[in-house]
Amino acid sequence: MSNAIEIKDLKKTYPNNINALKGISLNIQNNDFYGLLGPNGAGKSTTISIIVSLVKKSSGQVIINGQDIDLDHSAAKQHIGIVPQEFNFNIFEPCQQIIINQAGYYGVERHIAEQRCDQLLSEVGLMDKKHLPAGSLSGGLKRRLMIARALIHQPSILILDEPTAGVDISLRRQMWQILKEKNQNGLTIILTTHYLEEAEQLCENIGIINHGQLIENTSKTGLLAQLNMESYLLFCDPIESFPQQSPFSIQQITNNKLEATLNSNQSISELIHYLTQHQITIHRIQNKVNRLEELFVNLTEGAPI
Amino acid sequence: MNGQIIGLKTIVRREVTRLIRIWRQTILPPIITSTLYFLIFGNFIGDRIGDIENTSYLSFMVPGLILMTVITNSFTNVSSTVFGAKFQKSLEELLVSPLKNTTILTGYILSGVIRGCMTGLMVSIVSLFFAPIHIYSYAISIISMLLTSILFSLAGFINALYAKSFDDISILPTFILTPLTYLGGVFYSVSLLPPLWQQISYFNPVLYLINLFRYGFIGISDINTSYSLIILTIFTALFWVLSLHLLKKGFAGYRT
Repeated sequence: MSNAIEIKDLKKTYPNNINALKGISLNIQNNDFYGLLGPNGAGKSTTISIIVSLVKKSSGQVIINGQDIDLDHSAAKQHIGIVPQEFNFNIFEPCQQIIINQAGYYGVERHIAEQRCDQLLSEVGLMDKKHLPAGSLSGGLKRRLMIARALIHQPSILILDEPTAGVDISLRRQMWQILKEKNQNGLTIILTTHYLEEAEQLCENIGIINHGQLIENTSKTGLLAQLNMESYLLFCDPIESFPQQSPFSIQQITNNKLEATLNSNQSISELIHYLTQHQITIHRIQNKVNRLEELFVNLTEGAPI
Repeated sequence: MNGQIIGLKTIVRREVTRLIRIWRQTILPPIITSTLYFLIFGNFIGDRIGDIENTSYLSFMVPGLILMTVITNSFTNVSSTVFGAKFQKSLEELLVSPLKNTTILTGYILSGVIRGCMTGLMVSIVSLFFAPIHIYSYAISIISMLLTSILFSLAGFINALYAKSFDDISILPTFILTPLTYLGGVFYSVSLLPPLWQQISYFNPVLYLINLFRYGFIGISDINTSYSLIILTIFTALFWVLSLHLLKKGFAGYRT
């Protein structure tokens, strides 16, 4: 499969001498749903800003659908739709106008843009708000507006920089559904997010950036396979005596709550059997943290996996 | 249609829509201000001043006031809309798009020219109520008005790219543009000034613009017309190159 985006040894040093990117190389295939993760200041937004020409790279190469941004950035940018981290539209303009103007910047004739605009506004649930100024929308609806705006010129690549930041879970899940459908219809999606549940739900491949370097770039399943420990919260009857010596790593959190961490050789049934032998009756088991989140913290904080 | 042309039309259409939507802030004030100038300086005080170079003071003042309106409105339109877009980050809509820098710049400059010339035309119409207008040279009047509005739209664009706050947007018009305009011969002929002040006035670029326009309007000028036209063209070209350079090389956190 051909690459939607090829990044080769991308480096960026800002005028204040901050090395935001220290040589990132990665390929993102067409129709991929790629998650670009990393802590704040890791270099995710810088990478995206270079792709869309908001920031100038110091060195390296970026190729978008076979077009080198150094040779013809205008042609390369035609393939991209971007949903930035911060709201970046004129809050006084009506939603419809913002989307139609965006189409014009990408060379779409106005009458075509008007038709597409209505369709997109319906898809993101903003049809009844089309004549309202964008500033009057709630945070979640503004995010949807930016998704519709990014799709108006029918790009083959959609880049979303923390698109669900500050969005409640219900709206977030609706947006996930929209993005999944777009990806199933052939759109390549690149997503940066702090919600690792979001990456786990949506992405097929994941790259992790830390301190300006790509420290992981693999499939989601491959990444999760690296995780050899999992933590659980166990809710039980009040505990009278807790075993001091145990083959499992167990901590008593409260009188009726335990936290257990299992390695890849231990099973949850063995744990329950062990606890039952020690007169501890388990009522409910809860996965303590998101698996990807655990892995992410381990990778970015340098802890062993 | 070429994508760049569609993009250009979109920018101009958006800006003109904004200009008309807020007409009370954009179109009405210059009409009121110029009416006051015509009333006070033209009618009440002008009669006591008498003629300048065999032309009534009011007729002498009309081209200066028209061009002052063009200068102020072209500059303000572009500086405020570009800085507003930068402040709200909506400028990113253009920067991430496939539009070339020349298209973005042309779009903003055209919007400045439209506002500058539209308000200039309004003031011209108002002036008809106070003084008869017999245009000496349509070609020179139109060329000088267009070049002036392009030049000050470019100046507004550069100001907006450098500006970091709303204060920065008002500093240039208040402390540089307004003094240069008022001292550029809007209300007087430099030939009336003492020799020293005449020499100082020749360093004021606005003097050349106003005199060129006045020549086109009523056939009177303190400065050689060709010389004025060359100065105006050189400054316009320089500002155009600087604007494109800033868009390419980066400004205020973008493309740096």
